[in-house]
Amino acid sequence: MRLIVPLQGVVQGRGGLILGSIIPGALYYFFQLYLKRCRSAKPNSNPPSPSSSSAQLADLSRSSSRSNLSSRGSVGPVRVSARANSIAKPNASPYYIGLEMASEDPYDRFDNPDGIMQLGLSENRLSLDLIETWILENLERSMIGGADGHLNISGIATYQPLDGMMEMKIAVAGFMSQVMGTTVSFDPSRLVLTSGATPAIETLCFCLADQGNAFLVPTPYYPGFDRDMKWRTGVELIPVHCRSSDNFALSVTALDQAFNQARKRGQKVRGILISNPSNPIGNMLNKETLYSLLDFAREKNIHIISDEIFAGSTYGSEEFVSMAEILESEDFDKNRVHIIYGLSKDLSLPGFRVGVIYSFNTSVLAAAKKLARFSSVSAPTQRILISMLSDTRFIQRYIETTRERIKKMYVAFAAGLKQLGIECTKSSAGLYCWADMSGLIRPYNEKGELELWDKLLKIGKINITPGSACHCIEPGWFRCCFTMLAEEDIPVVIKRIQRVVET
Amino acid sequence: MTRTRSSESDEDSSPTTTGGGGGRGRTEMRVIVPLQGVVQGRGGLVLGSVIPCALFYLLQLYFKRHRSEPTPPPQTLTEVSELNRSLSRTHLSPRGSSAPACVSTRANSIVKSSDSPFYVGLKRVSEDPYDELSNPEGVIQLGLAENKLSLDLARDWLAETAKDSILSGGGSSGPLSMAGIANYQASDGLVELKVAVAGFMSQVMERSISFNPSQIVLTAGATPAIEILSFCLADTGNAFLVPTPYYPSFDRDLKWRTGVEIIPVPCRSADNFNLSISALDLAFDQGKKRGLKVRGIVISNPSNPVGNLLNRETIYTLVDFAREKNIHIISNEIFAGSTHGSEEFVSMAEIIDSEDLDRDRVHIVYGLSKDLCLPGFKVGVIYSSNENVLAAAKKLSRFSSISAPTQCLVISMLSDIRFIQKFIQTNRERLQRMYTKFVAGLKQLGIECMRSSGGFYCWADMRGLIRSYSEKGELELWNKLLNIAKINVTPGSSCHCIEPGWFHCCFTTLTEQDISVVMERIRKVSETCKSPR
Repeated sequence: MRLIVPLQGVVQGRGGLILGSIIPGALYYFFQLYLKRCRSAKPNSNPPSPSSSSAQLADLSRSSSRSNLSSRGSVGPVRVSARANSIAKPNASPYYIGLEMASEDPYDRFDNPDGIMQLGLSENRLSLDLIETWILENLERSMIGGADGHLNISGIATYQPLDGMMEMKIAVAGFMSQVMGTTVSFDPSRLVLTSGATPAIETLCFCLADQGNAFLVPTPYYPGFDRDMKWRTGVELIPVHCRSSDNFALSVTALDQAFNQARKRGQKVRGILISNPSNPIGNMLNKETLYSLLDFAREKNIHIISDEIFAGSTYGSEEFVSMAEILESEDFDKNRVHIIYGLSKDLSLPGFRVGVIYSFNTSVLAAAKKLARFSSVSAPTQRILISMLSDTRFIQRYIETTRERIKKMYVAFAAGLKQLGIECTKSSAGLYCWADMSGLIRPYNEKGELELWDKLLKIGKINITPGSACHCIEPGWFRCCFTMLAEEDIPVVIKRIQRVVET
Repeated sequence: MTRTRSSESDEDSSPTTTGGGGGRGRTEMRVIVPLQGVVQGRGGLVLGSVIPCALFYLLQLYFKRHRSEPTPPPQTLTEVSELNRSLSRTHLSPRGSSAPACVSTRANSIVKSSDSPFYVGLKRVSEDPYDELSNPEGVIQLGLAENKLSLDLARDWLAETAKDSILSGGGSSGPLSMAGIANYQASDGLVELKVAVAGFMSQVMERSISFNPSQIVLTAGATPAIEILSFCLADTGNAFLVPTPYYPSFDRDLKWRTGVEIIPVPCRSADNFNLSISALDLAFDQGKKRGLKVRGIVISNPSNPVGNLLNRETIYTLVDFAREKNIHIISNEIFAGSTHGSEEFVSMAEIIDSEDLDRDRVHIVYGLSKDLCLPGFKVGVIYSSNENVLAAAKKLSRFSSISAPTQCLVISMLSDIRFIQKFIQTNRERLQRMYTKFVAGLKQLGIECMRSSGGFYCWADMRGLIRSYSEKGELELWNKLLNIAKINVTPGSSCHCIEPGWFHCCFTTLTEQDISVVMERIRKVSETCKSPR
């Protein structure tokens, strides 16, 4: 019997058993390596079609440049980076499409009664009157500052620490303790201020994960995470599905499963991102769950980012527990826990763009402070907020009143939906409710859900966020923010939904 | 079959390979392969080599998978103390605790990146700042490009109008609108502010160029504007050509999070630190040879730290170069209004204004930190006519938007044309006066400055004061100036200048009386430097 192999002449005898298989193997391996090199060296394929249609390069009338004009002639339009191309694409998510449509044709009771009602943006307009009164009374003093009434120009015009002024950090730390309603105290030196919670999340993502690493995120989650966590950082999000049968509560077994699956796929998981109170559901994590999360994180040696931006916007009887409180009460490895906060929700000032990173990890703090150069809060805003937050009596009254108003709106809104046969999950925080419209969709899948969303937007003229935009695994759930409405708007919304439901 | 034949002849010429010495006399040669039993006959030629290859490949794949598993670097072990709570007991894994969570490699390199003398000096000043009355022994700041010469004008305006301008949402006499400042606004800036900034830019650049507000994206300072452009124009591993000496923070703004490289293009004192196309071309080719894909050129006009301006001829040559190589140009024109010479400033916007294809490759960075002396307000501008860049930058502005009260304040400030006109004029005069005095003071000490006509600084030639003509000598002098004379200037090496002995001195944070103090302090050090020679 003869067997012919490529290396017949070289490998013979007993050694052939090993060499006869290793040598072709090695050759094959180098071939693979070579192919890989060549592939990555190739320029990016499929150039974006030029938007400016065939702009002619001709007619160069200026003389100074003639001499330098290369004989190779002109090249095509210059290309932007691959990452910019993918970012520049038009919005695909119904969340952003709805926001855009609503902003183009906004409802107004008097001026535009046929406009689109905004229930897709979690912004609180219930207590703007309180803020307005305060600003009218105190703006001058807060900006001009100083007891002598002399404008301290170098306090606002000149360069300030990029991660926020110390006075501001102290004021924000105080506000956080006040809002979280517990005895937990926040250390101002562990705060980094950013221009909104959005860059706070992105900065943390840069600090905790490298390109290609991943975070576990329980679904349904806030649609903006897909931009904040992934766009520039190159980090992946792994959804961990929560179900209606558990009231969308997070289970550690699901986390574990997602972690192991990611591992099998070769992905390095660097952390968990949770929202507490959750957005879009509005439920809160209890102590038990927080403990098991911390244990899970320690076991897997990963980080936890806890987004607590709605911590003060609670209205139920349930008590909010911050990660910071758990860490303070017991001996945990604090280095792996990072809290996100901001003044957009609890102080109803999203236009002020103030976000907070609160971390116990000195490396993260050092890096985040340096990265704050890319998203600093402007000094006049800091001055106004320092005096607003230091006005403890105002803040106390503001928090209480806001909670009452949210609660009233929630009850009225959920009752309205109930009349239409639409139930909401039990929630106790946030500016929204999570409504079960699965009975209204046909077919029972994402397509049916988006059809209903489309009808509500175009016929009913109300913009709500479909569950699929939040990566919810079950179709038919919708997030409705009710804090942009006035109380008298609620019957209008309900009537509009009813009109769509009946068709 | 040719292969077998040739290997037979190989066998004849190399009799040493066989083991045991028995194979020589046989007529039938046997080769043992792992799949002997399975692959026989003619098919063995193919399968006999393909199958082991495939197996080997799969083995490689298997190794690769396993290698990428998390291996946390061993750091100092924190003790996991006794767990005395009952709630979590049940979830506690028997595997016990692991090492402390480590941060990402990029965060680590940002934390560890040693601060250049530029940042060391800034830090020293912030810890011990000079004050004529309360801290006369403190360090005098000449390292920060900040203009305090015209703060009084801004103060008077603010004291008068701040409240009304915020409460009216920037409009001159609108009704109170809380919604205009408290609510979510467009992340790339209010349209009114874009209109106001576009007007300010044309006014400052003193030419008939008009800026189109719809081509503006506003960011929280020029720093994120530069970073966003870097993200939009280049991918990780690509590179920008940057003429040296350049602003020390470009190393952070262009590179840190974007993963983009900077290829320095050296300019020399012999050319008055002017940019030469041949140097650009050389750097481009070298980058190419190193396998770096060059995506653009970043220029500062007026240049920082030298303070000279690019003339029209150079600008057109640059655009031609960019077209030839099909790359972008980022033109940082943040000092456009802070000119003090007779030379004329020419903006790249002239190119954007033109109708040909080149306008898609030119992007301007601007801001209000320098020309309006308001760095604390953090207002930066991206001006581009490339639709893709604009679309991406608008979306990325979510990570660095300006807060609404500040926007309202700036809208009404910029809309006050008479104030702005007066401000620009007065500021230029004061700048000119300080520049003349400061340069004259240095000249008395025998220190010459490069002729400059823009910026808050001068580029001083202290080659005569350094002991060894090298970076080491330069840093020694810098160190003496900082720690003995107590003045903070930026050494050329922080700006990647290839010639040692040049220093960047900002004079706009000083008052006129301070100049003599600075000169006295430099004199003390320069005398100790000269004596051993």
